Amino acid sequence: MTALPAFAPAYPEIFMALAALGLLMLGVFRKNDSMTLVTWLSILVMAVTAVLAIQGTDSAVTFNKLFVVNGFTVFAKVLTLLGAGLTLLLINAWAEGEKFARFELPLLVLFSVLGMMLMISANDLIALYLGVELQSLSLYVLAAFHRDNQRATEAGVKYFVLGALASGLLLYGSSLVYGFAGTTTFEGLAMAVKSGPNSIGVTIGIVFVITGLAFKVSAVPFHMWTPDVYEGAPTPITAFFSVAPKIAGLCLFLRVLVGPFAGMIEQWQQVIIAIAVLSMTWGAIAAIAQKSIKRLMAYSSIGHVGYALIGLVVGNEEGARGLLFYLLVYLFMSVGTFAVIMSMRVKGKYVEEIGDLAGLSRNNPGMAMALAVLMFSMAGIPPMAGFLGKFYIFVAAVNAGFVALAVVGLLASVVGAFYYLRLIKIMYFDEPAAAMDPPGLTTGIIMAVSSALMLVFFIVPAPLVSRAEAAARALFLG
Amino acid sequence: MTALSNFITHLPILTIVTFLPLVGAAFILMTRGEAQVVARQSRYVALWTTLLTFLLSLVIWVEFENGTANFQFEERLNWLPQYRISYHMGVDGISMLFVILSTFLMPLCILASWDSIRKMVREYMIAFLVLETMMVGMFCAMDMVLFYVFFEGVLIPMFLIIGVWGGGRRVYSAFKFFLYTLTGSVLLLVALLAMYFQVGSTDIPELITAKFSRDMQLWLWLGMFASFAVKVPMWPVHTWLPDAHVDAPTAGSVILAGVLLKMGGYGFLRFSLPMLPEASEYFTPLVFGLSLVAVIYTSLVALVQTDMKKLIAYSSVAHMGFVTIGIFALNQQAVEGAIFQMLSHGVVSAALFLCVGVVYDRLHTRDIDRYGGLVNNMPRYAFAFMVFMLASVGLPGTAGFVGEFLVLTGTFQINSSVALLAASGVVLGATYMLYLYRRVVYGELTKDDVRAMVDLEPREIAVLAPIIVVVMWMGIYPMSFLDVMDASVAHLLRNYHDALATRAVEIAPLGTSLLAWLR
Repeated sequence: MTALPAFAPAYPEIFMALAALGLLMLGVFRKNDSMTLVTWLSILVMAVTAVLAIQGTDSAVTFNKLFVVNGFTVFAKVLTLLGAGLTLLLINAWAEGEKFARFELPLLVLFSVLGMMLMISANDLIALYLGVELQSLSLYVLAAFHRDNQRATEAGVKYFVLGALASGLLLYGSSLVYGFAGTTTFEGLAMAVKSGPNSIGVTIGIVFVITGLAFKVSAVPFHMWTPDVYEGAPTPITAFFSVAPKIAGLCLFLRVLVGPFAGMIEQWQQVIIAIAVLSMTWGAIAAIAQKSIKRLMAYSSIGHVGYALIGLVVGNEEGARGLLFYLLVYLFMSVGTFAVIMSMRVKGKYVEEIGDLAGLSRNNPGMAMALAVLMFSMAGIPPMAGFLGKFYIFVAAVNAGFVALAVVGLLASVVGAFYYLRLIKIMYFDEPAAAMDPPGLTTGIIMAVSSALMLVFFIVPAPLVSRAEAAARALFLG
Repeated sequence: MTALSNFITHLPILTIVTFLPLVGAAFILMTRGEAQVVARQSRYVALWTTLLTFLLSLVIWVEFENGTANFQFEERLNWLPQYRISYHMGVDGISMLFVILSTFLMPLCILASWDSIRKMVREYMIAFLVLETMMVGMFCAMDMVLFYVFFEGVLIPMFLIIGVWGGGRRVYSAFKFFLYTLTGSVLLLVALLAMYFQVGSTDIPELITAKFSRDMQLWLWLGMFASFAVKVPMWPVHTWLPDAHVDAPTAGSVILAGVLLKMGGYGFLRFSLPMLPEASEYFTPLVFGLSLVAVIYTSLVALVQTDMKKLIAYSSVAHMGFVTIGIFALNQQAVEGAIFQMLSHGVVSAALFLCVGVVYDRLHTRDIDRYGGLVNNMPRYAFAFMVFMLASVGLPGTAGFVGEFLVLTGTFQINSSVALLAASGVVLGATYMLYLYRRVVYGELTKDDVRAMVDLEPREIAVLAPIIVVVMWMGIYPMSFLDVMDASVAHLLRNYHDALATRAVEIAPLGTSLLAWLR
């Protein structure tokens, strides 16, 4: 009979799980009119969870070393919760407008966020896999949630089939690592890897794990599902896809590679370099030909993942800080942009072609200006926060001697600038198309605040960067 | 006076001049009401803001101390403390006059667009005010990251100005302008980061005193060159300029030619020469070569243009060729000549574009053949145009002469062949400008619509008259400008030659044998 493990470090997750189950009951018994109530309660749950995470234990390992908490996991969780909370607001606004109010929506979001939090705190390959699966299964359902819509169903099935394949690869890689290193805990792996010489089996296992994770964050060449799922899923759910899972996935990526596998940096660095370069360039090039703004955003997010991965390539504290700051900026850029996309309605009907934005600057100057700011930020043009995000990433890369990688990344950003500019061109240079309906209150506030934050982050980045720095330091301490 | 000086030295005057336009833009953003009212108010707010900014910038000039090479009016605020990157502003003899140039041209641009801009007036004025902030900030920035931010930030309003209010193939030109410049700029960014890791700071004065190894200098120099050469623009990366000029609205062309092109030359003076002396020495023949091609080839291209704006755009490339020759000739006359040439070209080419704008507003074509005989019905216009045309040609007594003369004198001491070839550009310049003037202004007044054109209205006189005054002033008493830059240029050159004298290994510049053969 062993003593019970310490629960305190996992209070946020435990609270969230119980609250989600409670809300499920509430939804079931109150029947159909409970979407808004459940949404707001879900947001409240997430806020409380964030507070618990911030107030909670500084740094601890529990559950037989399956679960870890430190400054880094707290930062990553708060980012994920922030992204999920903001997109949940968008989801609610959309569902109300579309008469598609189902209380399962916020709950699925809640469960997938729970999975993300477990991913972030995972300290063992098994725990990692469980977190990834809890997240992914909820996401598959979310993608197909609009079940009478053919494209949404297709998106869900595609996501599920490819996602299951990636999960399989992840699991297979984990089993190889276990077979050759003899353990699945991160500490044990770190020791085993460090003591080397490492067998080829571990290397192959790591490559499979990387493949599985690269799929989850949609890095090229494992990105094929992204444009279809982004296009097929309802817009606010796409917004959720583009923010929370990306943030959680990249943080997990970082933890796995610089934690247990830090000793094999030579081996995995080349793989990540290849993935980063491919993501940046393909994300930039493939986006040029897109007509649907959601597909365009899919390629844009692929490109952003490529930039973030440069922080991972560097593999030191500076790189981690760059990555975290980039994610923070990316979060608001994405949410703001999707708020604009959600507001693309002509006479109550949603439109998704980029041509529909024509002349927006004359019909709806505020919305056009918000999107223009966000696009310049995505392109990384100062004085927008997107520039600083890229700046910190490239600072880390050049400092670590990856000058060629930085040059490739910057040139890819020029190509990327082209399609961001194209959106601005359509809004500002082209003759007006059909006027769009004014955005709703929630979406309007979200787009205004996110675009304003692009400037605010640029002018006073210091507090946020020092947070990211503290988180990065915590990651490398333990 | 001392009380005033005291007061001003304690005031963050550079920050005020830089960001005052943004305050004006905020006011414009807040105007509400009917489209007509908003448009009128936007025009007035923009005009008053830019005038006030100009007056305040004159305070900088008045309070500027001439005899020193130190940076003046310095301000410093922490910005990215983790990286020791700060908001550091300051001006010296090289940058101060460019600040004045920017603030001087801005109210004229607003006035020039008074009637010709009809759609989205409010956004237009905001774009121009933001542009002014970016330009002034760029010349004041004493931190390389800050410089880069302003340098890149200029692209946003300019892109919109060309794309929204331009004509012809405006979309193509706007994209070409943006992507050309951005490609160069990101390479500058890499160079900047590399320098930062060598020195541990991005403060410009600190970077100037830092020493870089020779191999590193060569790479850094190329990275910067990619950016500044596009901006100048040097042959063969000049092709964005004619397109951007032709399709931009008049005021956009004015700023493009007047200020934006100077950012490249300024970059060479601020970064390439003082920070990378060995590489600058090594690449001097390359710069000379490209500049000579620019001077001669683009002059010839200008000769066959049928579009007035395109002709002046190509003449800009040629004139900027003089500037780069002067900068890399690296003696007191040539460098001061180059700076002076940048200032005079800033004023003169701006004025020429305004002159094109005047007739374009009336006839809505820039085709040279569509005009002719304007001297008969537009005598005042013909006079103003003549002054600027002669200044562009470099007639003694106008601004254009001093710069070209100093550059050629300085260059002659370094390399007589280069000076000789460059001087041929002066002749060609006279040819295409006089030819343009003859076709537009002289001749018979045969076309009916041209006959119907009216002479300058008071607003246009108010735009052109100050420039005439400045052009004559610069030509007749250039010392008031040269005095400002003397100490800074001397300091720059002393450091440069000291650095070359103390270097470890001497390596012959690129293509020395070729140059020896030329000589």
